[in-house]
Amino acid sequence: MTERLVIGFLPLVDACLPILAQEHGFAAEEGLELDFLRDVSWATVLDRLLYGHSDAAHLLAPLAIATTLGRGRPPQPLVAPFVLGLNGNAITFSPELADAVGAPREKLGDAKSIGSALAVEAKRRASAGRKLRFGVVHRYSSHNYMLRYWLAACGITPDDDVEIATVAPPFVADALESSEIDGTCVGEPWSSVAVERGVGRIVLTTAQIWRRGVEKVLAMREDRLEKRRHAVEALIRAMRKAGAHFVDPANWEKNAAILAGPRYLDASAELILRAISDRLVLVRGAPPIHYPDFMFQHREAANFPWVSQAEWLYTQMVRWDRMHFDAHDARKAGGVFRPDVYRSALTDTDDVLPGASSKVEGSLTGKTAVSSQQGTMVLEENRFFDGRTFDPDNLPGYLAGLTR
Amino acid sequence: MRIAVIDESASRAMVIREGLAQLDGIEIFLLSDRAGLLAQLAEIAPDVVLIDLGNPSRDVLEEYFAVTRALSRPIAMFVSQSDEESIGASIDAGVSVYVVDGLAASRIRPVLDLAVRRFNAFARLQSDLDEAKSKLAERDTIDKAKRILMQSRKLTEPEAYGELRRKAMQASRRIADIAEALVTAHELMEGD
Repeated sequence: MTERLVIGFLPLVDACLPILAQEHGFAAEEGLELDFLRDVSWATVLDRLLYGHSDAAHLLAPLAIATTLGRGRPPQPLVAPFVLGLNGNAITFSPELADAVGAPREKLGDAKSIGSALAVEAKRRASAGRKLRFGVVHRYSSHNYMLRYWLAACGITPDDDVEIATVAPPFVADALESSEIDGTCVGEPWSSVAVERGVGRIVLTTAQIWRRGVEKVLAMREDRLEKRRHAVEALIRAMRKAGAHFVDPANWEKNAAILAGPRYLDASAELILRAISDRLVLVRGAPPIHYPDFMFQHREAANFPWVSQAEWLYTQMVRWDRMHFDAHDARKAGGVFRPDVYRSALTDTDDVLPGASSKVEGSLTGKTAVSSQQGTMVLEENRFFDGRTFDPDNLPGYLAGLTR
Repeated sequence: MRIAVIDESASRAMVIREGLAQLDGIEIFLLSDRAGLLAQLAEIAPDVVLIDLGNPSRDVLEEYFAVTRALSRPIAMFVSQSDEESIGASIDAGVSVYVVDGLAASRIRPVLDLAVRRFNAFARLQSDLDEAKSKLAERDTIDKAKRILMQSRKLTEPEAYGELRRKAMQASRRIADIAEALVTAHELMEGD
């Protein structure tokens, strides 16, 4: 018998895996029929998840944690048994700001040198009475945390030296054009839309800030996971197959066309293809540049929900919401990511499963073989741009070393 | 009590206002423009904010509420858990509600119930309208099909209609479906 799951999503390229699982029949192979609910705000995606309109949703990982911890509303436990992808976001400046910080036009900038030039420009603009303003997609987003991590490590104090505000992705290009913001950190295709309109230049990608930074997750209510456990595990297997299809260059154009369709992203297939193929056009009219692993949806068990990723996000929440570290909350935050469900879904398949469920983040400087439960696990470079490492066994120590 | 209704559909906002106007001691402000939304809200200083679920400004609005928590009249999301059921009903109806901290549930409840009824009523109006539109389109198709039969088989109008009806009954389908099939087939034959 076919089981039906309703999936909520926002029209962004990284909603690709459940969509392609349905479109290419990987869901049907697992006895699933997926229906999709598209919305235009994360608040509504979340409401529909909490009040049962959807069974699972494409969600910002920090928002799943914030909801579980009751930030801004009473706590409701959410779980994430699958990471939909790593990175895939660009940092895009207005052409004026890109020029002011000396961002190269023919390649991506260097995170450190752009950052130090930006620190000078930010101080100049603040003393001229108009702070630089950056748009992020949500307060509880990896976009916000990646941007702040980069700024802070470059000597810029977010909220003091610059302003950071929420701007919905479809309006980012408008906001750049009207100078409401000077820069943004946003998922594709929205930076490319700004580039095409000549109102923005891509200067960095989040993969340059944290080479393997966690991005969206498949989130659901904890009680819904228990009730639909069988279907959820089938969905995990179907999405892993969709991921293998997604990263195969032979399928890029076909998949871009599917995602561009009116039911899904309702956007330009050409712009979507740029993200899928890791080939970004930085400045309008320029040839695309190739930046490997701009989006990272499949290799190295990319979808495995490492508890350490959730804990890193928790430290950033403590940092930027000016909270005190709380060991109980930290455990709850880490518990949102559910590697046990991922493992159970893929045990005895051909897929690779890591041996551990948590790892030191940012410590790998090259290819490294790691222990595995099944298959061979080789992880590649995974550094933070400032060389800092995150040890999940010492969260207070990590926080103590960070500026706020 | 000051209520702000944020809705990019001006007609729905009107329907909501009309509904809420039944309550005593209420001032209603309609906000349909995305531009300058937060500045307008700050000026209005509402006790209750209603916003439709399809509104792209929701995340910006929630960010604003989170920031204003430090102000003297902070707005929270309407989330007293005892009212789960009525929040569920509002989400089902397509509206989300935020209230100023400390506003008594007994004062919020009637507003919420009315808003939900109005949203549902609007959705019904919309679906009636859609239905009426599709009925109109069906009548067009049936007229076209009749004309095709009248021309190609030299039938009178009642005879042409009778033929469509007979075929529909035979096939246990709707006359509009038979007419649609005939029109499509005719277009193919004519190379239209």
